[in-house]
Amino acid sequence: MNKVLERYPIGSLVTFLPMWVLLYLTLQSIANAIVSLLGLPPTERITEAVRFFIFETPKVMLLLTIVVFVVGIVRTYFSPERTRKILVGKSLFVGNVLASMLGIVTPFCSCSAIPLFIGFVEAGVPLGVTFSFLVAAPMINEIAVVLLFGLFGWQTALLYVSTGFLIAISSGYVIGRLKVERFVEQWVFEVHSASGVIEESVVTFRDRIQSGYEAVKDIVGKVWPYIIVGIGVGAGIHGYVPEDFMANLMGKSVWWSVPVAVLIGVPLYSNAAGIIPIVHALLEKGASLGTTLAFMMAVIGLSLPETIILRKVLKMPLIFIFIGVVATGIIMVGYVFNVVY
Amino acid sequence: MKIRVLGSGCAKCKTLEERIRHLVEKHQLPIEVEKVTDLQEIMKYGILMTPGLVIDGVVKSVGSIPKDDQLLTWMKGASS
Repeated sequence: MNKVLERYPIGSLVTFLPMWVLLYLTLQSIANAIVSLLGLPPTERITEAVRFFIFETPKVMLLLTIVVFVVGIVRTYFSPERTRKILVGKSLFVGNVLASMLGIVTPFCSCSAIPLFIGFVEAGVPLGVTFSFLVAAPMINEIAVVLLFGLFGWQTALLYVSTGFLIAISSGYVIGRLKVERFVEQWVFEVHSASGVIEESVVTFRDRIQSGYEAVKDIVGKVWPYIIVGIGVGAGIHGYVPEDFMANLMGKSVWWSVPVAVLIGVPLYSNAAGIIPIVHALLEKGASLGTTLAFMMAVIGLSLPETIILRKVLKMPLIFIFIGVVATGIIMVGYVFNVVY
Repeated sequence: MKIRVLGSGCAKCKTLEERIRHLVEKHQLPIEVEKVTDLQEIMKYGILMTPGLVIDGVVKSVGSIPKDDQLLTWMKGASS
């Protein structure tokens, strides 16, 4: 399989795409057929739970595969080097908007946050613009979007992306206006890196498609257990836990639920695949959308490990400003949703 | 010939280092492998993602783990 993909990337694509479409379109009937084959009593809770699991799991996996594949290809067009070149010397606001957009498509791993931060600042990307990138990159990611789309519909997915985007732009802008350069560790400015020694290799379309396959192998290969467990939990509570179980705790009428959800979410760290099942369970059991989305953004957008990494380049006041500004943005978004919905 | 793997603590960095050490041993190559974890040292190479792979002072790859045959070509090419 690997060898085939490696040798005939485009040919495999032409074969897989129709198969994907066919499978996706017939999924509901296949799931129904399996459920009736199992001979479960109709209209029982257990039947609905099983049907939910048998249908949702492959659906989310299929969506995830195609999106990770496409994003894998798109990312070959955006290297951090190119992103940096675009952002150098950009004014505040314009730079923040660009950085937030590029944060979505540029390959990023929080383990690379430091080299990226230093590289950006040293090349003359304004601090506030760099922060917009650092907020957008982890928070708006393809796994979160796919899962939200698959489980809650496109409106929720769009809502998440657009508000995440707003938070990234505004927190970067605010940090930029605060003039916090003095809270960056001195050694960052003293680094003089040799730029231009990196050999540019020619990338063909074949290579890009192969990067897509690799992204699928890498990401889907890593997150599938979370997704199965998550949907399993979702299916399990589908009919069993009372609908308004969470309403008194995380419902709309509870004014303090948003800040508390963010407060709990900030130190927690999870990837998007791990948090969405929890989000699913919360929403289904009466938690409000604003509170739940705020919790999710706080968990995947801000995290203790990343903050500890950033401490190497940022002094404590700036760490607190960073967390404070982003958390405030998330809380505001949470309230807005609770009011609108 | 000298190979430096740049990276502090990311999963891919570890894998790349192991991969290279394995290849050196397997093919008995006269190569010195060094893992660089010091940030200031890493940043001298101007990379934005880790792991970085540096062969005789030239950054060969960034942020990814090249395939074994690609690694071998580099390792053999430069040592002869």
